[in-house]
Amino acid sequence: MGGKMVPFAGYDMPVQYPMGVLKEHLHTREKAGLFDVSHMGQVFIMAEDKDFLTAAKALEKLVPADIQSLKPGQQRYSQFLNEEGGILDDLMISRLELPGYEHVLYLVVNAGCKITDYAHLEAHMPEGVSAQVKDDTLSLIALQGPSAAKVLEDFNPAVADLVFMTHTDLNLAGPLDAPIWAHVSRSGYTGEDGFEISVKHEDVGALVEALLAHDDVEAIGLGARDSLRLEAGLCLYGHDIDTSVSPIEAGLFWSIQKHRRSADAGYLGAARVAADLADKTTKRLVGIKPEGRAPAREHTEVQDMDGNTIGEITSGGYGPTAGGPVAMGYVSRKFTKAGTDVQLIVRGKARPAKIAKLPFAPHNYYRGA
Amino acid sequence: MSLYFTEDHEWIKVDGDEGTVGISAYAAKALGDVVFVELPDVGAEFDKGDEAAVVESVKAASEVYSPIGGEVTAVNEILEDSPETVNLSPAGDGWFLKIKIADADELSSLMDEAKYKAYCDGL
Repeated sequence: MGGKMVPFAGYDMPVQYPMGVLKEHLHTREKAGLFDVSHMGQVFIMAEDKDFLTAAKALEKLVPADIQSLKPGQQRYSQFLNEEGGILDDLMISRLELPGYEHVLYLVVNAGCKITDYAHLEAHMPEGVSAQVKDDTLSLIALQGPSAAKVLEDFNPAVADLVFMTHTDLNLAGPLDAPIWAHVSRSGYTGEDGFEISVKHEDVGALVEALLAHDDVEAIGLGARDSLRLEAGLCLYGHDIDTSVSPIEAGLFWSIQKHRRSADAGYLGAARVAADLADKTTKRLVGIKPEGRAPAREHTEVQDMDGNTIGEITSGGYGPTAGGPVAMGYVSRKFTKAGTDVQLIVRGKARPAKIAKLPFAPHNYYRGA
Repeated sequence: MSLYFTEDHEWIKVDGDEGTVGISAYAAKALGDVVFVELPDVGAEFDKGDEAAVVESVKAASEVYSPIGGEVTAVNEILEDSPETVNLSPAGDGWFLKIKIADADELSSLMDEAKYKAYCDGL
C-alpha cells in the first residue's frame, strides 16, 4: 500500500501513505479514513461466577470510572491510576451486550502500556476474576469520518442503530465473500463519527480490503491519527498524560462520575483525585492556540506575558482542519481561562499565543437521530 | 550558473559570488506537506553547515543547513504566507535564501547534480 513505516511501541507502523499526512487528515474529516490499530491491547475481564457485578467491582478498584452502572452495550473512557493517582494508561471499557456474555468486560488499552497494564491487572484481579488478553487472536481497525456509517451499513445495516460510546457484536457481510464476526463500537480517536472494529486476525485482511474498495475510504497512517486527535483535544498517553499527572490535572474530570470523586471511593489513586479537585493550585491541561503560523511542538516552554515560566506544551503541531498551529499543554491554574495571552518560546524566540477552548475542530459524534 | 547539493539535501545555485539556497525535490517529498518555514534575518552570517532555516511539516520540524559560509542577502518572503511553495516548486519558487559566498573553495566539497542523483538512489 506504499505506507512509510516507522517503529512504534515495538511495532512497525505506517506513519503515512502516499497521500501524505495533510491530505489523509482532511480526507478523514470529509469522508472516511481507515486506521490499523491492531497494536492496541484487547482484554476481557470476567468472573467465574458469571456475575457482572463481581467483575465490575474488581475493575472499579483500578479505575476512577463507575463500572457497575454500565449497561450491556455501553462503553466508558477511563484511566488506570497508580497509588499516587498518576495515570498508568488510559483505556476504553465496555460491557458486552451479547446474550450469555453480558457479564464480560472488554478493555482496549494503549500499545505502549499494554505489557505493564496486563501485569497490573494480573496483580490486582481478585480470586475468581480473570483478565484474558486476546492480542494473539484479535485485530483492531478504526473507520472514522462522516461517511463511516454509510460505508459500514453496507456490511450490516444494524450498525446504524449504534450511538456514540455503544457497541454490539454482529456479522459483517454485504460486500464480503463470507460473513465476518465482529465487535463493533461507535467510538474513535479523531473527534469524528466512526467505528472501532475488532475481528479475528484471519478475517482482518478481507475486511480491510472490502472497506478500502469503497470510494470514500482511504488508508490513514499514524501521522494523521495524531493530528486528528490533537485537533479533537484528545490526550495521547506518554505525551499529554503519564504517571506524573492525575486525571484532574489532565482535564479528565468529566470521565469520573460524581460518586467516584471522593477520597474513599475505593480505587487506587482516589485520594489524589479528591485532593486535586479541592486544591486550586495544581496545573491543568489546556488548549493553546499559537498566533501566526509557527507550530509549537512538544516540550515548548509556555510563559506569561512577563516572561515567567507557567507551563509546557505536551502536544503541538499543525492542525489541517484548524488551518494553523494547534497545541495542548499544562499551565498553572490561574492561566487556564480561554483567551488568556501567553507566549511560547520556539527556538529561542517568544511567540504570542492564547489559551483556547478544546477541541480545535468540533466533535461530530453521532448521539442518535 | 552551477548547481550543487549537500548530503542533507540542500541545493545551492551559484551566480558569481551569490548563491541561492533551497531544499531538493527529494527532501520536499520526504518531508511531506510543508506548513511553516522559519527563515533567518537578512544580514545573518553562517558557517558552512550551520542551521540556517527550519522547515515544518504536519508531523515534524527539520533543520535546513547552510551549504556554504557567508552572509544572508535575501530571504524568500513568499514562504511566510505560502509555505506549500516548497512542495510545489522546490527547485524554483520554493527557494529559501540568498547568501553572499565567503569562500568559493567550499563549493568543491559539494555534489553536482549527477552525483547527488546517484547519492539519493543509494538511500
